[in-house]
Amino acid sequence: MSKLFQKEWVCSVCLLAVLLVIWEVTVKYFEVPFFLLPAPSGVLTSLRDGLSESLTSRVGFYLHTYYTVSEALLGFLIGSGLGLILGTLIAQSPFVGRVFLPYIVAFQSLPKVALAPLLIVWFGVGMTSKVVIVAMLTFFPLLVNSIAGFESVDRDLLEMMRSFKATRWQIFCKVRFPSALPFIFAGLSMAIVYSLIGAIVGEFIGGRHGLGILILQMNFNMDMQGVFSVFVVLSVIGIAFYLAMRLIERRVVFWASRSRDVIEL
Amino acid sequence: MTSFIELRNVTKSYRTLQEEDLLALQDVSFEVGKSEFVSVVGASGCGKTTLLKIIAGLIPYSSGEVLIGGSSVKGPRKDIGFVFQQPVLLPWRTVLENTLLPIEVMGLPREEYGRRAQDILDRVGLSGFSNKYPFELSGGMQQRVAITRALVYDPDVLLLDEPFGALDAMTRESLNLELLRIWSDHRKTVLFVTHSISEAIFLSDRVVALTPRPGRLADVVEVDLPRPRRLDVMQTEAFGMLAKRIRSLLGIGEEVGGIE
Ligand SMILES: Nc1ncnc2c1ncn2[C@@H]1O[C@H](COP(=O)(O)OP(=O)(O)OP(=O)(O)O)[C@@H](O)[C@H]1O
Ligand SMILES: [Mg+2]
Repeated sequence: MSKLFQKEWVCSVCLLAVLLVIWEVTVKYFEVPFFLLPAPSGVLTSLRDGLSESLTSRVGFYLHTYYTVSEALLGFLIGSGLGLILGTLIAQSPFVGRVFLPYIVAFQSLPKVALAPLLIVWFGVGMTSKVVIVAMLTFFPLLVNSIAGFESVDRDLLEMMRSFKATRWQIFCKVRFPSALPFIFAGLSMAIVYSLIGAIVGEFIGGRHGLGILILQMNFNMDMQGVFSVFVVLSVIGIAFYLAMRLIERRVVFWASRSRDVIEL
Repeated sequence: MTSFIELRNVTKSYRTLQEEDLLALQDVSFEVGKSEFVSVVGASGCGKTTLLKIIAGLIPYSSGEVLIGGSSVKGPRKDIGFVFQQPVLLPWRTVLENTLLPIEVMGLPREEYGRRAQDILDRVGLSGFSNKYPFELSGGMQQRVAITRALVYDPDVLLLDEPFGALDAMTRESLNLELLRIWSDHRKTVLFVTHSISEAIFLSDRVVALTPRPGRLADVVEVDLPRPRRLDVMQTEAFGMLAKRIRSLLGIGEEVGGIE
């Protein structure tokens, strides 16, 4: 399993190297203007410059990363937390579930980022508005997945618990909640990716700090190398978020991933 | 002998998704005495699982009456241990934690019953597996964990639904002997569902034969073979006569297979 994983890993890195070389050569050969598409070597220079700025510099990465990551994580915690709680409550009663269902479907089909300008008006250009946008985006994956998770519970397990005269609360803690966990983690993996999107979109619409603001400034200055270097920083953050989530998932719902391994090999 | 489990004209029909009534059991009446070992045999789909779950109070019945110790069954009871047809283990719990699930649910002392669980696991041949997870076990081993889980809180009544159905003949025979030992050591009342006629005769004081669709009582056959029984009792003529009797009750001709 781990060997297989390493092989894929090496291939991915090689592919990246090849693409970068093609890109570099193309840009140099066709003399593409720097304000349209920068060469990878130039992006690397900007990346180094951004990283060598001080922690509090407005043109470096650190300050803006701090704001974007804080907005994303805070919004993620609030949004997914509320989604999980509400989903869990709804799943306990089919009646309540049916009452809420039309609203859930309606909100889910609404592109939530469309509400972003409104939220800036309501909550100002500070961090709060971004946290609210992120919370809104991360709320639904958890709501929907936790409901699906609780519905997926094996009926035989419930019957087994009933045979011991287990109470509703005991059945919830010992069977229903753990059964729903793989679904809940699928929701969390989705939400952690959305959290970064939400923070950047929020910053685009209005704000003072954050990597989204940095992109806007560099764009305004025609500093395409800089814009691309922020893309690199954003993808590193995104990958780190996702991998951290998967790592926690493997720890917590070990039984689901272990049984998957068995099938894979 | 005083009857401990008593069924009087129990009838059960299921509501299917097509809104039709499916008659699973019809007018089933029999008794199981205290500390008696009774088996239920019948073809697949004749209502054996249904019957057992009704006695355990897990599903409602349509009409008739089910009594345990003189009182009518209204729901699950703590003095019944149920072994389902499938192991039904929690995948996130180790073998030992799975067997202690009823102990936690019933609020019994963990220490004391932990030792008991370990003892039973040893007896069913799972000594080194307490800390393994169900997905690391074979189907037969999982079923033995389920049996341990039903025994650990020491219920007076054991309801076993084809517990050894997934096992090979050899493991099955040794577990049958172990079950007989547990039964005779602790004098439990056992109702054992199987589709193996010879297994039913070997284990039981009496065998309840059900006819298929709807499940109706064909007859209750007294097994008057002396105890303790050894495996070679299966080669005796008395055993053969009983098997033949039950086979004819189930309406299985000599040449038609389907049931052992
Ligand atoms: N939940 C249910 N809803 C509708 N019909 C059911 C349900 N459970 C069982 N039945 C029907 O009731 C009949 C008896 O089922 P049951 O599971 O009791 O059989 P069984 O004797 O245990 O069979 P097997 O030996 O294959 O386990 C079958 O015809 C089955 O189709
Ligand atoms: Mg059955």
